[in-house]
Amino acid sequence: MIRRPHYLALILVVFLALVLLNLPGHAVMRLKLAIGSVFVPLLGLSNSSHQLAGEASERLLPRSELLKENETLRREQQQHRFESLQTEETTRENARLRQLLGWEQKAPWKLKLAKIILREPANWWRTVQIDLGSRDGVRVDLPVLTPAGLVGRTSAVSLTRSQVVLVGDRSCKVAAIIENETRDAGIVEAAGPLDNSLLTLSYISKDAILKPGQRVVTSGLGGIFPKGIPIGKIVDSRQVEYGLYTEARVQMAANPGALEEVWVLMP
Amino acid sequence: MTTLNSILVLVATFLAVFWEAAFDGIRHFLGAQIDLLPALMVYASLCCGLATMTAVAVIGGLLFDTLSANPLGITILPLFVCGFVLYSQRELVLRNQLFAQAVIGLAASAIVPLLTVLLLLTCSTAPLLGWGSLWQWLVMALGGAMATPVIFQFFELFDRALNYRRTAETSFRPDREIRRGRK
Repeated sequence: MIRRPHYLALILVVFLALVLLNLPGHAVMRLKLAIGSVFVPLLGLSNSSHQLAGEASERLLPRSELLKENETLRREQQQHRFESLQTEETTRENARLRQLLGWEQKAPWKLKLAKIILREPANWWRTVQIDLGSRDGVRVDLPVLTPAGLVGRTSAVSLTRSQVVLVGDRSCKVAAIIENETRDAGIVEAAGPLDNSLLTLSYISKDAILKPGQRVVTSGLGGIFPKGIPIGKIVDSRQVEYGLYTEARVQMAANPGALEEVWVLMP
Repeated sequence: MTTLNSILVLVATFLAVFWEAAFDGIRHFLGAQIDLLPALMVYASLCCGLATMTAVAVIGGLLFDTLSANPLGITILPLFVCGFVLYSQRELVLRNQLFAQAVIGLAASAIVPLLTVLLLLTCSTAPLLGWGSLWQWLVMALGGAMATPVIFQFFELFDRALNYRRTAETSFRPDREIRRGRK
């Protein structure tokens, strides 16, 4: 039986929801920040429990395995050092040539490591939250990547944490080029809600010759993502809109389901 | 229903939202995250008062939207509508039956995401939808159906552990006593 207090509660809740939904963007941001701060103790607890579990598993590892791992890492480090020397030389040469041609010098990337602290609870968005905020110099629309490739961009920033919208969400489209002979361009967007490592590369020229395995990288257009960040590899392609343009499925280089740490490309 | 129960339900709401954002295991296996808020809403609307039911919808919705990319406040309405309908029909529901709990949990967990997506589309946002969303919807509904009886059992356990049990009224009435023999 519905009584008067029930109607009152209904009216109040509807009114509250309407007020919240019509708040301006910056007010919503502040409100989300204020409400989100109630999770800070739980985040700390979760973080320390992860650390404890990590330490416990490290202690359980046998010494021989640790030594073996140490040796592998030492070899990898030496290899990376040689590669780094080679890259430094190439960078210097590139800078010299740019100077000779009068081109603008490219600034080296400044990266900051961030931990993924929370993931999107709703199934219809693809976002994560990282432990870097405005006090660490993070601002909206900074590229976020892993050593494997592009992950997304920062979409909302609070003092201590930021929301990263992943490539594959409807609100994170990336201008990309395919590393084929004709370097065809397209737009990387969401593929479907189930497989979050598959993307769609749309608006490619209908004459483009696409082969599975071709690399897709950022084109640098749009002003958010610098040129040359790997996005993924082409899986297959098809003609769409009665042959007007080609669409390809792209397997993401970074695995969004297994993200633990990411790098934020600082301005 | 005591104040302690209401506090417990609200704490559970808070923890449920955190769990959904912090633990991703189910999404890895099934491709969708289970939402525990509709199941908690079922419990609050069938076993708690109007104030607690409203608080679960408002607080749960706000917390969920804070950790999500949803517009703030969008989850409040679907949760409240679901709870309000159940609350107004609670006398007709066999809330102690496991099957009834599971069926109501299934319905609530299916309706809440549906209403939320409809509201999102009305608010001209572009959620990620496709044929795979049907699978996600199924997982959410079935997950909610399984979670609802567990939540009822959990709170029943807490209720038994923390609250005094009301003594059952005896059928003995001194004025109806048949006295044998003469005084």
